[in-house]
Amino acid sequence: MIYALSLFLGRRERPMKLYDSGKIITGLIIFLGLVTFPFFYNIGKANVRPDPKIDTPAIKELKEKKCVESKEFMRAEHMKLLNDWRDSAVRDGARVYVNSEGKAYTISLQNTCMHCHSNKKKFCDECHTYMAVNPYCWTCHIAPKEKET
Amino acid sequence: MLEKALVGSRRYWTWVFFLSAIVAIGFINYLFQFKNGLGITGMSRDVSWGLYIGQFTFLVGVAASAVMLVIPYYLHDFKKFGKIVILGEFLAVASVTMCISFIFVDLGQPMRVLNVILHPTPNSILFWDMIVLNGYLFLNIVIGWVTLSSDRKGVKPPSWIKSLIYLSIPWAFSIHTVTAFLYAGLPGRHFWLSAIMAARFLASAFAGGPALLIILALIVRKLTKFDPGREPIQALGKIVTYAMIANVFFLGLEFFTAFYSQIPGHTHPFKYLYAGLEGHGKLVPLMWASTVLAIISLILLVVPQWRRSERILAFACGALFVSLWIDKGFGLVVGGFIPNPFEGVTEYWPTLRETFIALGVWALGFLVLTLLYKIAVSVREETEGIEIEH
Amino acid sequence: MSMDRRQFLKVAGISTIFGLGGAPVINWLRNDGLEASHVLTDEKALIGKHWAMVIDMSRFETEEDYRRVIHACHSIHNVPNLDNPKDAVKWIWTDTYHHTFPGQENEYIPEEIKHKPFILLCNHCQNPPCVRVCPTKATFKRKDGIVMMDQHRCIGCRFCMAGCPFGARSFNYKDPRPFIKEENKEYPTRTIGVVEKCTFCFERLAKGLIPACVEASQNAAKEAGKEPGMFFGDLEDPASEVRKVLSTRYSIRRKQELGTQPSVFYIIGGGKNA
Repeated sequence: MIYALSLFLGRRERPMKLYDSGKIITGLIIFLGLVTFPFFYNIGKANVRPDPKIDTPAIKELKEKKCVESKEFMRAEHMKLLNDWRDSAVRDGARVYVNSEGKAYTISLQNTCMHCHSNKKKFCDECHTYMAVNPYCWTCHIAPKEKET
Repeated sequence: MLEKALVGSRRYWTWVFFLSAIVAIGFINYLFQFKNGLGITGMSRDVSWGLYIGQFTFLVGVAASAVMLVIPYYLHDFKKFGKIVILGEFLAVASVTMCISFIFVDLGQPMRVLNVILHPTPNSILFWDMIVLNGYLFLNIVIGWVTLSSDRKGVKPPSWIKSLIYLSIPWAFSIHTVTAFLYAGLPGRHFWLSAIMAARFLASAFAGGPALLIILALIVRKLTKFDPGREPIQALGKIVTYAMIANVFFLGLEFFTAFYSQIPGHTHPFKYLYAGLEGHGKLVPLMWASTVLAIISLILLVVPQWRRSERILAFACGALFVSLWIDKGFGLVVGGFIPNPFEGVTEYWPTLRETFIALGVWALGFLVLTLLYKIAVSVREETEGIEIEH
Repeated sequence: MSMDRRQFLKVAGISTIFGLGGAPVINWLRNDGLEASHVLTDEKALIGKHWAMVIDMSRFETEEDYRRVIHACHSIHNVPNLDNPKDAVKWIWTDTYHHTFPGQENEYIPEEIKHKPFILLCNHCQNPPCVRVCPTKATFKRKDGIVMMDQHRCIGCRFCMAGCPFGARSFNYKDPRPFIKEENKEYPTRTIGVVEKCTFCFERLAKGLIPACVEASQNAAKEAGKEPGMFFGDLEDPASEVRKVLSTRYSIRRKQELGTQPSVFYIIGGGKNA
């Protein structure tokens, strides 16, 4: 690219003139400032690794500390699982999910997932905020009330 | 050719910035609506469509009217329309832009609008409306742009444009028929449940659209060096006249069916609109204004000496446009919901914010129109005296 | 190798289309690695081919009779309390005889029927115009006859509200949450900009329970030793409650002439007015 540019410039017979250089350079500086703003605004703020907490009372009472599927699967696929659950429960009327180990669960974000993970702020929001995603599930699905610590 | 919209006189830029300001005000109000819900409008559980959908319905008609220039010029070699077909096509582009914008601002969950494409539902007329509106927008942009740039270069346009032009003719009829079908197939709404809805829509479209076009052509002649010509404007005037006669006749037919049959489902909406029902009559003055304007415009149009005077023609077209705007852009939609399914009356009137949002969309449409017309007029000014080749 | 600008743009355009088009194909080919998992219906679920309701208006006598069924529904479903005619959200409500059956205007019916409130709700039509017009299938008809709402998909176009001849649907013109008196934590709320209506308690049917309004009405009747005012059952099952009631008492439906085939039947007179 630079090679091509140098060939292009080198072929000119006289030095090239930059017209309206005042406006162009000012515009370039403003543009660069806007584009790099997120980077230098966040200098110094450590990017904290998300730490979702699974020490809710409901989880502490479980004999086997297992979610509907494995942690690795849930971390990568819970969005798709929830979408499939939504279509299956609402559109097909099938409300029982049998997981890959044969255990049956009721399909419900509010009553199954949030029953154990009742700490939305310390669990769900941890990763979502870090990834800057904003799922709007909880505008309808009521999140359990959390104690303000 | 876009660069032609970027140069202009002081008057041009003042107009562009004025329109942009109205768009901005509309946009700010829209953000308020997006956050707080459509409750900021005057719509209710009973009247669930209002100003936005009414404006959309009216503007689909204006968009369809481009075909009234395309048919004579391309199908019947009426050479007089050669220089102004582009004005019709660009008016269609601006109108369809407004239609799509009005639908968007009316949605409760606009971020989900792509669901209509992700989950296609051919039994829903809204699905087909989305297809035909977007198709028509695409057709007119391409046809207008390609023919105009060929004119500018003084050559014939590429041959493939002819197929698109011929396609745009039935497509124009389809956009308004499909929009009429939104209303005409709903079993619970007797005001709309009439086979003549699509015919009425088309007649009012072919009256209102060319009427606007006449006014725009006269403005273009006044403000620029491009003169659309006296004869094309007169020909358009005849089209407007016949279409308006058909439109008023069809409305009369609806009145007859309603009041001769005396079936309450049919008479009550008319009574609400023109006389008031159960003490409610917010729309009565508006509807009578529409009627009076329609009659005045028809008289002025039908008498040839008056139609031949461009001043009187302009006034008649303005009166006609306002009359149809009231009838189709407001009375038709609101009237379908009153009385409600329980034979009660819940009235509707737009709120201030709703009005600002609607004005913002109109300003957006006029902005698109201004920019496109600036380009078209500049090309016509440049190529004055050169014959059109398409 | 030289390429002029036109050719470059053509190559770039076609690569983009292939690139964008490839994404869904790859998504479709990739599986989520869970072959053993699957979904089922609950064994307790009530299964039917055509759910229907019969409302015997002669059994509705006191204000409490009406309040109890409306409260049963609206409380468990987090229906917001916006009672003004503009923003009202209601799944089941009351109105006069003439407003319930507008085609049946009759000045000479018994006074008590003329002034008695009637119960209205979504009729779960067999031939529903609302389903026909929905552009996203956000409202759709289930195999068991229920006209269902998928609030995740609704774009809030309100075409279904225009299509419904019975005024059974409500739109969330505002955020409903501030207007919910007491949230039922086991059921979601809705959000701004979607349409909602009665769903024949599909979530209760899935657990083997009948709709809340019917249950409330029948429980109260049992306690008071009276005949119930609401019945629910499968019309295609000749042994169901609804079939038995419909075969012995004359019933009407709202706006039958429109052909939407409502599944909610009304028994008007009864006892002395049979």
